[in-house]
Amino acid sequence: MIALTVNGREQEVDVASDIPLLWVLRDHLGLTGTKYGCGMALCGACTVHVDGDPVRSCATPVSSVAGKKVTTIEAVGATRAGKAVQSAWEQLDVVQCGYCQSGQIMSAAALLARNRRPSDADIDNAMSGNACRCATYVRIRAAIKAAAKAI
Amino acid sequence: MTTSVNVDRREFLKLGAAAGAGLTLAFWLRRGAAQMSDPGSMAGGVAEAPFAPNAFVRISGDNSVTVIVKHLEMGQGTYTGLPTLVAEELDADWAQVKVEGAPADAKLYNNLLWGAAQGTGGSTAIANAYEQMRTAGAVARAMLVAAAAQEWKVPGDQISVNQGVVSHRPSSRKATFGELAGKAAALPVPADVTLKDPKRFQLIGKRIARKDSRAKTDGSAQFTIDVTQPGMLTALVAHPPLFGAKVKGFDASRAKAVKGVVDVVQVPTGVAVLARDFWSAQQGRDALTVEWDDAGANKLGSAEILAEFKTLAQKPGLVARQEGDVDAALKGAAKRLEAAFEFPYLAHAAMEPLDCVVRLGADGCEIWNGEQLHTGDQHAVAGALGLTPAQVRIHMLYAGGSFGRRANPKSDYVLEAVSIAKAIGGRAPVKMIWTREDDMRGGYYRPLYYHTLTAGLDAGGKLIAWRHRIVGQSIAAGTAFESGMVKDGIDATSVEGAANLPYRIPNMTVDLHTATIGVPVQWWRSVGSTHTAFSTEVMIDEAAVAAGSDPFEFRRALLDQHPRHKAVLELAARQAGWGKPLTKGRGRGIAVHESFNSYVAQVAEVAVGKDGALKVLRVVCAVDCGVAVNPDVIRAQMEGGIGYGLSAALHGAITLKDGRVEQSNFHDYGILRINEMPQIDVHIVPSNEKPTGVGEPGVPPIGPAVANAIFAATGRRLRNLPLQLTA
Repeated sequence: MIALTVNGREQEVDVASDIPLLWVLRDHLGLTGTKYGCGMALCGACTVHVDGDPVRSCATPVSSVAGKKVTTIEAVGATRAGKAVQSAWEQLDVVQCGYCQSGQIMSAAALLARNRRPSDADIDNAMSGNACRCATYVRIRAAIKAAAKAI
Repeated sequence: MTTSVNVDRREFLKLGAAAGAGLTLAFWLRRGAAQMSDPGSMAGGVAEAPFAPNAFVRISGDNSVTVIVKHLEMGQGTYTGLPTLVAEELDADWAQVKVEGAPADAKLYNNLLWGAAQGTGGSTAIANAYEQMRTAGAVARAMLVAAAAQEWKVPGDQISVNQGVVSHRPSSRKATFGELAGKAAALPVPADVTLKDPKRFQLIGKRIARKDSRAKTDGSAQFTIDVTQPGMLTALVAHPPLFGAKVKGFDASRAKAVKGVVDVVQVPTGVAVLARDFWSAQQGRDALTVEWDDAGANKLGSAEILAEFKTLAQKPGLVARQEGDVDAALKGAAKRLEAAFEFPYLAHAAMEPLDCVVRLGADGCEIWNGEQLHTGDQHAVAGALGLTPAQVRIHMLYAGGSFGRRANPKSDYVLEAVSIAKAIGGRAPVKMIWTREDDMRGGYYRPLYYHTLTAGLDAGGKLIAWRHRIVGQSIAAGTAFESGMVKDGIDATSVEGAANLPYRIPNMTVDLHTATIGVPVQWWRSVGSTHTAFSTEVMIDEAAVAAGSDPFEFRRALLDQHPRHKAVLELAARQAGWGKPLTKGRGRGIAVHESFNSYVAQVAEVAVGKDGALKVLRVVCAVDCGVAVNPDVIRAQMEGGIGYGLSAALHGAITLKDGRVEQSNFHDYGILRINEMPQIDVHIVPSNEKPTGVGEPGVPPIGPAVANAIFAATGRRLRNLPLQLTA
């Protein structure tokens, strides 16, 4: 049994210690907003927050987050930066297929939580690990700037 | 101008509202006999066409308007665009409009440009449904008005509808759609409806918010990978390392010892490991030992395939277009340019890897899928299970991208999922997931192509000869699409964009060699134009340079018979500041291309560093897609198409060595990232032409525009993709 705090709820899950956090969230806790894209921390679709830091959950053994606070797309709207990012995403209709967007939003929210006025270079640094095959990047950049203004 | 639609001839049919006060409309569209799916259903076999019903609108007592969308939403905006058409004619409030994916039903929900088959592809969603969806909305509106007229005992022509409210001004009466729905459902369907004069459009042509934005920003959007069913097992399949290899034998003992693994079964495509969750299935598959029979497998590498194509290119192929006498013109030409172009295999690499959920029951089969080829998959599954197509229920979910991959003419991954469910006797629902590696190595790529081009100019710099030879695999051959797409041995998807080159050149030959290679290939966003736009638009640039002309003016002069090409070319050039000087190391390139009846021109501005580092700074895009139903979605599709095409131009390559795919994941199959995304300015040509697609046409021009810009910046002419400036 591993004790986790996910989206403010303390839970115990009966899983092997090496199972990636992603699959605990998706297959054991039913939180499917976090997506599988590559399994190797190459695409960012699985990004969640662990104690506020953006983390690729597909390459994070669940044992390493025991006792830490995990936040997923389902609850990021409860944070100021997360709410602002989601609103900006909706305002600008960033999404296309939408599959990578949970991860994009989690990375963007983590960026804005610590940097209220990110430059283009800051955005590149924070977001280039999040792939979008629909190439919604123009709008992702614009939405991050809009969210930064709104916070 | 209004459009009158004779509903009488379409034999509208109301579907009975099963529960409560609801109005659902369906109608049968009379179509040509050539488009029939089932000749046996034709009474007496006479030439009279059948009637196929369609159902698109449901208005409920709660005042919601549900639009049933027959096309897949894979990012391109169908769940916004098609409901916009209904809402426009219905005069609904956009906020009251909900969207529902249609079930698979070739008779109700066929693609009108495909005949009797339901499916999404070829950038046809808006193009085929424009009048159909508007008519569905107009009929619903007319019935709501009739219901109000009856209720209020006033003439119908005194009633107006605005943003979801039906009102009779003289008596100050008002009602919502929900209040009138029950009464409207009991009324006869009108014989005629009149579609709006475009001048009165309230929604079409305006910025309308996407219907899927909320669900796709809060994590609630349901993709296939998110589906769960009671008792469901997750399946991963061990595929052979070579295309065409078969299972010789396997040892599942270690796999079965993995906690969570429930079963290991052989299926036609490999060996499936079923487990309680993904991780267990993956651990189980890793522990599996499979022996493969490579006897019938492809063992060629990309280098051998390319060498074979180069040999084929020495001789004339099947002629796709011939005008004048190209040989004579080339002989007499003052200047002769020769060039060869190489294009690698490309993976679609959608963010959601392939997946499919299957539940077998006593009464049939249920499928949950980002469903792109409803009819093909439904019939294939029915065939595999000995069911009727109607017994195969398909739930169409959001697809996490597709770019063509989910429209597999052989229903490959859907049938694989079905075969797993069948192999365990249907005792549990099965969610089959391909890992990224499976997806990358699973084949059905954009084919590898080799082109040669020879152009001739006369002494005055006039382009007088053009010989274009294309060598590659056919996408349609051996599939259900062959009869429609392959004519006289020429697969239209191999030569599209080349055989219909718009430039005025008096002597032209376009020919094709189709090679048979054991690597599965498939359409990839913009299909033939992924390679033909590149070779033609780079070659025309070379011809312009050889003629001493400006590349924009040179094209423009050759497009006098093609005003829509010319207009987007001019618009893009003007908006990009074509001709304005740039600093050293920078260059502009231009390209124009029509695909799927939409016209797109792009100007790319690049910077090339001393070290050869390339940066695409800005792309100006002009698009003419007829009536712009949703300008913001059109802009988004141009942005996305440019990004997708740029990804291929800069990074995309699947290569084979001894038959094995060398790439496996995003570290060795490079994809465009945000730091490489240029600034993009999209300009839409105002038009009253019928609307055409935008999902694909943004892709083709970007590769050649960038290659031409690199030439302008450096004098280096790159003809192979992906573009490589450094050795």
